[in-house]
Amino acid sequence: MSEMRRVTAICNGTVVDHIPAGKALQVMQMLRVDIGRSNPISLVMNVPSGKAGRKDVLKIEDRELTQEELDRLALIAPNASVAIIRNYSVAEKRQIELGSELVNIARCSFWNCITQNSREPLPHKLRVVSASPLDLRCSYCGRSQSIDDLAESIL
Amino acid sequence: MSALGFVRGHGMSDLITMGDLSNDEILEILDAAERLLPVANGDVYAPLLQGKVLGNLFFENSTRTRMSFESAMKRLGGEVVNLSSVGSSVAKGETLYDTMQMVDGYADIAVIRHPRQGAAQYSADAIGIPILNAGDGAGNHPTQTMLDLFTIRQDHGTIEGLNVVLVGDLRYGRTTHSLSHALVRFGAKLTLVSPDSLRMPTEIVGDLQSHGSEVIESENLSGAIAEADVIYMTRIQKERFPDEDEYAKLAGIYKMTADDLAGAKGGMIVMHPLPRVDEIDPSVDSTKHARYFQQAFNGVPTRMALLCRSLGVDVPKEVGE
Repeated sequence: MSEMRRVTAICNGTVVDHIPAGKALQVMQMLRVDIGRSNPISLVMNVPSGKAGRKDVLKIEDRELTQEELDRLALIAPNASVAIIRNYSVAEKRQIELGSELVNIARCSFWNCITQNSREPLPHKLRVVSASPLDLRCSYCGRSQSIDDLAESIL
Repeated sequence: MSALGFVRGHGMSDLITMGDLSNDEILEILDAAERLLPVANGDVYAPLLQGKVLGNLFFENSTRTRMSFESAMKRLGGEVVNLSSVGSSVAKGETLYDTMQMVDGYADIAVIRHPRQGAAQYSADAIGIPILNAGDGAGNHPTQTMLDLFTIRQDHGTIEGLNVVLVGDLRYGRTTHSLSHALVRFGAKLTLVSPDSLRMPTEIVGDLQSHGSEVIESENLSGAIAEADVIYMTRIQKERFPDEDEYAKLAGIYKMTADDLAGAKGGMIVMHPLPRVDEIDPSVDSTKHARYFQQAFNGVPTRMALLCRSLGVDVPKEVGE
């Protein structure tokens, strides 16, 4: 059974497909669509997928996520595919891009980094040392970041 | 110019990590430091930095680094303004960003030591004057590395291809983090001697190995002495331990005495960034191997050369003429 039959097609909004199985809630957290939003959201988890065995899918109605918002997903779902839906049709396909530096996406997780003082005003920056395997280091303190810890430090 | 919300990379004039210097630049700075030795000794007066003001910002204790920077600046005719966290607005909760805005107006160049890792890079992003990192938490201490390299070259005539043993707190020790990065770029063979819980962080070991150098990790110092060209001792740093009981277990784990050096190569030198506690017994001081006090003095000419470089002042081929 395909995921399209599990959840109704949306009229307008964004579909994030091929999220690694079990990561959809983290994706919602990173996209900041999990709190204080009134948009309807459909979520399917652990559905069969030809590519990855199992996957999660997220459908957000009446909201077109920006490229900047989507690029946050590079941390946990770099191979997710994104479609912008208008009037039940795919109007645009977007790729998630991992740039050379992630600015103000997550806070460095090292307890003694200068950025742990929440009153320090400069942006939080993580440098991409390697995309695969993913190696991110704080641009200030240089510490390698665990992706699980970063998910807890999303800004 | 400062840039709240607008990020600029640090320029060529900052020194935050050894990665900011190419191998050629390192050698040029060591050459300049050598030319400045008579000025550092007080034998020659060369006011190369007359009219310039150094902001010496020490948010953490320091003896050698602070004094040698001050001595270096003054012997070159410059002035120094000091800040320590005790008695300044830092104690009132001022952010580093705000403090640095003041320094931007008061000084032409700033040296910063801070207990938080990343503080030097953060300062370089916050303001426009050159920033020299004098130690950021357990991060980096590149000006110490430059004086270490200067000391090694004084004895061995080169910093290339040496067998160097780093001993002690390699987890929290910022001097060894910076020095090891520099040494592998010059083809050193490194032996990292530490207790298991104070091993060099894995990401640093990975970086060192990526340069193709041989890196051996060990808990045994005595087995590494015979082959060493340099033994670099460090203190187990009480102030870096989140847990005092953990510190108590490891304090005093490595103690070098003169007798331990009986099988060492004749030209082997023992170095230490100081202060020492009990990891080098005073009996070593009078051996031909001890270089740590000479190393501490070398902070002056090396930091002179670094100040000149960051302020864009050329050190003449014949200083004082």
